[in-house]
Amino acid sequence: MLEKALTGSKRYWTWIFILLAIIGVGFINYLRQFDYGLGITGMSRDVSWGFYISQFTFLVGVAASAVMLVIPYYLHDFKTFGKVVILGEFLAIAAVTMCILFIFVDLGQPMRVMNVILHPTPNSILFWDAMVLNGYLFINLIVGWTTLTADRKGVPPPDWVKPLIYLSVPWAVSIHTVTAFLYAGLPGRHFWLTAVMAARFLGSAFASGPALLIILCLIVRKVSKFDPGKEAIQALGKIVTYAMFANVFLLGLEFFTAFYSQIPGHMHPFVYLYAGLDGYSKLVPLMWMSTILAIVSLIILVNPNMRRKENMLAFACVAVFISLWIDKGFGLVVGGFVPNMFERVTEYWPSLPEALITLGIWSIGFLVLTILYKIAIAVREQTASWPELH
Amino acid sequence: MSINRRKFLKIAGASALFGLTGASAIEELLTTNAEASVSPGPEALTAKRWAMVIDVSKIKTKEDYEKIIHACHSIHNVPDIGNKKDEVKWIWEEEYENTFPGVSDEFIPESIKHKPFLALCNHCAKPPCVRVCPTKATFKRPDGIVAMDYHRCIGCRFCMAACPFGARSFNWRDPRPFIKEKEENKEFPTRMKGVVEKCTFCSERLARGLKPACVEKSNGALVFGDLEDSNSEVRKVLSANYTIRRKPEIGSGPSVYYVIGGNEHA
Ligand code: SF4
Ligand code: SF4
Ligand code: SF4
Repeated sequence: MLEKALTGSKRYWTWIFILLAIIGVGFINYLRQFDYGLGITGMSRDVSWGFYISQFTFLVGVAASAVMLVIPYYLHDFKTFGKVVILGEFLAIAAVTMCILFIFVDLGQPMRVMNVILHPTPNSILFWDAMVLNGYLFINLIVGWTTLTADRKGVPPPDWVKPLIYLSVPWAVSIHTVTAFLYAGLPGRHFWLTAVMAARFLGSAFASGPALLIILCLIVRKVSKFDPGKEAIQALGKIVTYAMFANVFLLGLEFFTAFYSQIPGHMHPFVYLYAGLDGYSKLVPLMWMSTILAIVSLIILVNPNMRRKENMLAFACVAVFISLWIDKGFGLVVGGFVPNMFERVTEYWPSLPEALITLGIWSIGFLVLTILYKIAIAVREQTASWPELH
Repeated sequence: MSINRRKFLKIAGASALFGLTGASAIEELLTTNAEASVSPGPEALTAKRWAMVIDVSKIKTKEDYEKIIHACHSIHNVPDIGNKKDEVKWIWEEEYENTFPGVSDEFIPESIKHKPFLALCNHCAKPPCVRVCPTKATFKRPDGIVAMDYHRCIGCRFCMAACPFGARSFNWRDPRPFIKEKEENKEFPTRMKGVVEKCTFCSERLARGLKPACVEKSNGALVFGDLEDSNSEVRKVLSANYTIRRKPEIGSGPSVYYVIGGNEHA
């Protein structure tokens, strides 16, 4: 089926080459980082994780959100999702690929990455995260590929793949829960040491992932003859609405606990992020942008008349995605490190090479996504006239 | 740059040949763990749980502090990179309010509030850094010392996020150019970029029957000994003075104690 990615319009190839060019720039910068060390980034002794780990955290959520399609479609026989479920699974593959790359570029000694397997350490959450992430990639590759192959042949997917599909549901929850445990189990980091961390991760994941999927569906419909279906998009919109409310609610709980208890250690990271601490306030404009986007998106989403207009929905989805990207793909990680263990503030901002490497990995993700979607769409266009199979 | 690139290509080639697993395994075979290779001789100092008591009232001048810090950093080849972002440090000065956040109060004597304290790894009884390390590159020895294997560390910095005391440093860049040549201690390994390091409680000196370097240079302000031996020097100081530890509420069980008052030791 791969050959389907090799034929395409001029627009398709332009897009591919733009991505390849950005990947090239990212790769050159990675070589520089490999040579010089991670000091090339904006990270420091005090803020020892930055952009890479926060992108990883954010994208685990995007990957996990595929279950929001798998559950209704496979468990509740919600036929409307028949056409989008493959898009969700392929989005998960692209997202996990980016996650693994972000972890890799964050390592100080990348050539030793296999030490995680050579010296397995079950008490380390990072060990489990590596296991579940690779497992999830594997499951989605098999499921996505087999169902699509079956589709092309016009037969239902083989029976043996069903258990894997069911397994993918708890597995998706596990990848994001385990990722939350990376943070939520660390003593001394008040911002992260919260029992609702995993729940909030899932809430924001089930909002940002489907929001991205809606945007992707609309693009796919524009650039191809494949239509994921108006109802499917609207159903996704409802998922985004509920999940976004859950996420904002959980964030509100964090605020309450910090500020009603008035425990300084709990308040400081929030004060730093939203108001600035000791005169340091680099992240304040971003965090407020995230807040405003969240409010705007919720106003649109909660209002059925607005949500039903596709351009309004698209706007709301972009707002949700950016809002959550700032919140989780930036603020969450930095907030845990500020102030430091000595109550001093060291600020963080990504360096140019760091930003370019990050952009390069996002482009790899989009390249994988484009190729997978191209194949899926080609198969779907071919079989568009055939009756629904599953 | 060209050498590094050649090295990179070589490594890249080798890993393509062996697969990454093979390459890491071979690297581990070829490198010897410099600390492990110091096998304790008959004169070695041993303990069930090493601990330190720091009597800050006995460290008076700026020179006193510098002497202690320099003793550690010079024999352990700790680089002086000269900027805060890339900083590597094993033992350093912090003010009282920063060392004990949440404990300080505005009405305590000025002399204590802004008194420098010494911060270093606490060699915790239940070290969070060890708990989170995915490769066992940081591990707890039977004598309570939390040690590092620089050849196994993948540089994920999970341990830095986990340490509640900010005791760990990462080599953001190659530290070797920042070690003053005439000061380099050839008997102690230098580190490479991309690994984490911290105070080792001078395990390499204990193996040769020597007390830690900082203790030796402290004129009695730093006391070192076995916490589980009721006759040890640390236990004597602990039973005669009111001591505090950093963030005991976290439950990691720091093995570094501080005396603030300045009674004569028993
Ligand atoms: S002080 Fe930090 S680095 Fe040292 S043992 Fe405790 S947790 Fe680990
Ligand atoms: S940076 Fe090294 S020592 Fe620290 S957790 Fe990672 S592998 Fe272990
Ligand atoms: S015990 Fe040794 S390694 Fe630790 S601070 Fe003192 S001199 Fe440095």
